[in-house]
Amino acid sequence: MGRYLIRRLLQTVVILWVISAITFFLFWITPANPALLICGKNCNTETIATVNATFGFDDPLIVQYGTYMKGLVSPTGRDIGSEGSERNCAWPCFGESYQNGIPVWDSISDAFPATFWLAIGAATIWLFFGVMLGLLAALRKGKALDKLSVGLALFGVSFPTIVFGYLLLFLFIVKLKWIPFPDTANAALFEVGPVKWLQFYILPWITLALVFAALYTRLTRANMIDTMNEDYIRTARAKGLGEGTVIFKHGLRSALTPIVTIFGLDLGGLLGGAVITEQIFSITGLGKFAIDSVLGNDLPAIMGVVLFAAIFIVLANVVVDVLYAVIDPRVRLS
Amino acid sequence: MTLGVSEDLPPDGGLPADGLAETAEAKQIEGRSLGQIAWARLKKDKIAVISAVIILLIIAVAIFAPLIVKINGFPPDQFNKLDSDGNPLLNTRDGGIPIGGLWGSGTSTEHWLGVEPQNGRDVFSRLVYGTRVSLLVALGGTLIAIVLGTVIGMVSGYFGGWVDTLLSRLMDIMLSFPSLLFIMALTPVVADRGQDLLGIPDDNRLRLGVLMFVLGFFGWAYLARIVRGQTLSLREREFVEAARSLGAGPMYVIFKQILPNLIPTLLVYTTLLIPGNITAEAALSFLGVGIKEPTSSWGRMIADASDWIESNPLYLFFPGIALFITVLAFNLLGDSVRDALDPRAGRS
Amino acid sequence: MTESVTTTASTSAGTGKPFLELKNLQVHFPTDDGLVKAVNGLSFTLERGKTLGIVGESGSGKSVSSLAIMGLHKGSRAKVGGEIWLDGAELVGMSVPEIRRLRGQQVAMIFQDPLSAMHPFYRVGDQLVEAYRVHNEVPKSVARKRAIDLLDRVGIPSPDKRFFDYPHQFSGGMRQRAMIAMALMCDPQLLIADEPTTALDVTVQAQILDLMMDLQKEFNSAIVIITHDLGVVAQMAQDVVVMYGGRVVEAGPVREIFYRPEMPYTWGLLGSIPRVNRGGDHRLKSIRGTPPSLINLPKGCPFQPRCDYQQHVEGHSCTGEVPDLLQIGTEDHRVRCHIETGQRKKLFTEQIKPNL
Ligand SMILES: Nc1ncnc2c1ncn2[C@@H]1O[C@H](COP(=O)(O)OP(=O)(O)OP(=O)(O)O)[C@@H](O)[C@H]1O
Ligand code: SF4
Ligand SMILES: [Mg+2]
Repeated sequence: MGRYLIRRLLQTVVILWVISAITFFLFWITPANPALLICGKNCNTETIATVNATFGFDDPLIVQYGTYMKGLVSPTGRDIGSEGSERNCAWPCFGESYQNGIPVWDSISDAFPATFWLAIGAATIWLFFGVMLGLLAALRKGKALDKLSVGLALFGVSFPTIVFGYLLLFLFIVKLKWIPFPDTANAALFEVGPVKWLQFYILPWITLALVFAALYTRLTRANMIDTMNEDYIRTARAKGLGEGTVIFKHGLRSALTPIVTIFGLDLGGLLGGAVITEQIFSITGLGKFAIDSVLGNDLPAIMGVVLFAAIFIVLANVVVDVLYAVIDPRVRLS
Repeated sequence: MTLGVSEDLPPDGGLPADGLAETAEAKQIEGRSLGQIAWARLKKDKIAVISAVIILLIIAVAIFAPLIVKINGFPPDQFNKLDSDGNPLLNTRDGGIPIGGLWGSGTSTEHWLGVEPQNGRDVFSRLVYGTRVSLLVALGGTLIAIVLGTVIGMVSGYFGGWVDTLLSRLMDIMLSFPSLLFIMALTPVVADRGQDLLGIPDDNRLRLGVLMFVLGFFGWAYLARIVRGQTLSLREREFVEAARSLGAGPMYVIFKQILPNLIPTLLVYTTLLIPGNITAEAALSFLGVGIKEPTSSWGRMIADASDWIESNPLYLFFPGIALFITVLAFNLLGDSVRDALDPRAGRS
Repeated sequence: MTESVTTTASTSAGTGKPFLELKNLQVHFPTDDGLVKAVNGLSFTLERGKTLGIVGESGSGKSVSSLAIMGLHKGSRAKVGGEIWLDGAELVGMSVPEIRRLRGQQVAMIFQDPLSAMHPFYRVGDQLVEAYRVHNEVPKSVARKRAIDLLDRVGIPSPDKRFFDYPHQFSGGMRQRAMIAMALMCDPQLLIADEPTTALDVTVQAQILDLMMDLQKEFNSAIVIITHDLGVVAQMAQDVVVMYGGRVVEAGPVREIFYRPEMPYTWGLLGSIPRVNRGGDHRLKSIRGTPPSLINLPKGCPFQPRCDYQQHVEGHSCTGEVPDLLQIGTEDHRVRCHIETGQRKKLFTEQIKPNL
C-alpha cells in the first residue's frame, strides 16, 4: 500500500509535469506580443523593450519555461522584474496577471472558495437525487416509477446548462421574485449568514447538479439492475435474508462502488471551475476567473487556472484509485 | 458541461462484437447480423423514428437555411429598424427593446420570433442560421474525435509494446486535462495560430474549423481507450490469427478485420459525442470564445439575450428551446441506437 | 399429466406424504423473443435421508427447477406452475415472507458457480455468519464459532484464519467447500447441490462428495444433486431423474437407469461417459444435434430431432405426440418413449450395451 502510494504519487508528478509543459508551450508560442498586452495604450518601442526585459520575454522559450517552473517548485518562489527592481513572487508562483499585475496565485486562492462551495453543494444534491432515483427505478424496473425516472434522466442530460440555468434564473428571480438577483457579496457564508448564502447558491447548485443527477440516475439504475441479477444476490436470498438486507447490504454496496470512482473524478473536475454556472449566476469563482482571463488574453492567469484545475483532476484520480481498493477487496494495490 | 461523455457507457464499451452469439435469440434468428437486428429493432422503436425525423428536419433547416430565410425575407445580419409600414421596431429611448409583440419580444407577422433588441436583426433568421454552426461544429468535432480515437486505439491495441505504452500514457494525460477549461483557453490561441500559419483572417470560417479541431482533439482519448481494449481482444481471435498466418499485413488486418468489428462501439460513441459537442459549442460561443459576431450561433444568442432576460425573456427562450430540442432528439436517438445494439436487450 | 416418480416404495412415516414432492412443475420465462419454456411438467418425490440425482445436458432446466424449490423465481418475471410440497407445506403458492423463513433453514442450496455466488466484497466468514444469524438469534461470537467449525469440517485448512479471507482469495475447490459450509450452517433438511463438483479435480471431488454423504447421515437430510457427471450420481444417489428439454424423460433407481436404460437419450448420455475399462477402439460418442429451442419446443417427442431410433416406432408418433412417462416393470422405472418396452430392451441389449 505504502509502496503503491509512492509510485502513484510519482506518476502523478510526472503527469502534472507533462501537462504543465504542454500547457506552457501551447500558450506561450502564441504570436501575440505579450508586451503589447501589458503596456496597453502606452506602448511604444521603449516601453515594450522594458516590459520584455522585465518579464523575460526576450529569453528563449526554454529559459522562460525554466523560470516559470522554478516559481512553481522552489519554496522561495521566484523573482519578477528586471535587475534592480525585482520583486519576489512567493511560492507557488504562477506569475503575475498581465491585466492588473496581481499575482495569479492570489486571484486563484481568492476565487477558490466560491467554486468550492458551488461544487460541494451541487455534488451533494446530485449524489442524493441521482442515487435515490436510480435505486428506485432499478427496484421498480419496468413500472411507472422506473419510466418516470428514466424519462427525467433523459430530460436532464439533454438540458444544456446554459438553457437550464437561465430558465431557473428567469423563473425564480425574474418572474416569481422568490430569490434576489445574485450578489457576489453573498457568496461569503460567514459574513452574510446562512439565509443569504443559501439564496445565493441554491439556483447555481441546482443548475450545476442537473446533468450530473441525470447521469447518476442512469448509472445507479444500470448498475443496480446488473447487480440484482448477480448470482450472489440470489445466494443472499437463498440464505433467507430479508429483501431490505438483500437490496441495501448486498445490492447497493456493489452498485455504488463504480459510482464512487466517477463521483471523485467529477468532483475533482469541478473544483477547477464550473465556468458556465459561474458565468450565469455571476459567481466570482475559478471558472469566472478563467473566462475573464481568456477574454483578456491574460496568459499567466490562464496557465495558472488550467494547471490548478489539472492538479485537482490528477489528484482526484489518485484518491479514487486508493478509495476503490479500500472498497473493493479484489483490487490490490501493487 | 458534459464534455466527458463517458458516464453511462459501460466500461468495456459494452458491445462485444459477438456478444449476440451467446444469447438464445441468436440461435433463433440465425444468419442475421447484429446490424440487421439492430436496424429491425430501431424501425420498431417509435421514439427512435420520431427523433430521427426531428433530426432530419434540423439537418434540412441547416442545409436550406438561405432558402428558408428567403421566405421571411430578412437576412440574418440585416439590421431592421422599421417594419414594412415604416413604423419603428425598436424603442430607441428605452435602450432599444423591441416594440410590441409577445412579452416585449417584437414578434409579428413579419418577424415571426421577434427582433433582436438594439440591432433589430430577425431572431428567426438568426436561429435558422445558428443551426448550421451548431451542427457543423458538432458533427465535425465528432468526426475528428472518432477518427483519432479509432486510429490511435487500434494502433495502440494492435501493435502493443512501446507504441502501446506511449499511446496509453498519452490517453491518460489527455483525460487528465480539464477539458472545458482547456478548450475555452485554447480556442482563441489556436485561432491565432491558425491565422498566422494559414494566412486566413481570424473570421468565423477559421473559428468553425478551430472549434471542430479543439472539440475533436479533446474528445478522442476516451474512445481510444475503449477501442484499444477491444482491439486487444480481437487480435487474439481466430480469424485474425488466421489472416495473419496467411501473411496479411497489419494494415489489412486493422482496417479489414478489426475495424468492422468495432462499428457498433463507434456508433454508440458517436451518438454520445454529438449531443455533447452541440452543448459544448453552444457553451463556448456563450462564453465568447466560440463563434463571433456577426455569424449567429445559438450559444452567442443566449449570451446576448441574457442581458435582456427581464424585459424580453422570449429572446432568450427561442435559442434555448432550439438547443434543447436538438440535444434531446440526438440523445433520444442515441439511446435507442444503444438499446438496439445491445445484445443483452430484451433478455431477463 | 399425473406422472410421478416415487423415489422409494416407502413414504415418510405418519403423514403418508413424501418429504419432497414436485407435481407437474412448470417454469416459463416471458422474453421479447417469446416464451422460454424452461421446465414443462417436472414431477418427482424424495424422502429424508435419500439422495436424488438429476442429470441432463446443459439447458435442460435443472437449475431453473431447483431455484423453483427455493422460491427464488418469486419477484421475477418467471411464471411458475404446478405444486411443490415440502414436509407438508406447498411452496409454489407460498408468500415470499413465508418461504423466506424456510430458505437456508429447511432448504439450502449449493450454487453452481461458487465464485459468482459469493459476494465479492464480504469476507467468507462473515457470509457464513450472516447465513446463521438470519435464523438463529445468537451473538456474533457464537455464529463465528459455528462458521469456523463448519469451515473446518468441509476441510478448509486453518479455518480460523481463512474465516477472514475474501472469496477471491480462496481456490476454486475451497470456494466450493465454503459454499457447502454456508449451505450447511443451519442444518437444512433438504440440500440442493447444483453441480457441486464441476470443475474440481477428482480428489477434491471425492472429498466433497464424501463430506455431503457424512452430513446426510448425521442429519438425515434429503439431497438433490444436479450434475452432468453420471459417475457422481452412481456414487451418491439412490434414484435418478433424466431431464431433457424441461421434462423428465426417464427416471428410476440408479441401477435400473445404469444397467437397464430404455430411453434413447439416456443411452446417449451413458455412451458419452468416459470409462477406463472401455476397449481401445471404442470411441466416446456424443449425442448428435443441439439442445432444443425452449421457445419452440419440437412437436411430439422433445428428443425427436436428435433421435436415431425413430424407425422402431410405428407411424409418425415421434413427431406427432409427446410420449407419456410410463412405468415399466416393478421397480418404479419410468420412461418417456414411443418404442415398445420389449423392443427397447432388445435394442439396448443388442445395440447399445456392447458399445458402452
Ligand atoms: N431468467 C431467465 N430468462 C429466460 N430464460 C431463462 C432464464 N433462466 C434460465 N433460462 C433458460 O432456461 C433454460 C434452462 O436453464 P437451466 O439453468 O435450468 O439449465 P441447466 O439444466 O441448469 O443447465 P446447466 O447444466 O448448463 O447448468 C436455459 O435454456 C436458459 O436459457
Ligand atoms: S419417442 Fe421417438 S423420438 Fe422420442 S426418444 Fe422415443 S424413439 Fe426417439
Ligand atoms: Mg445449471
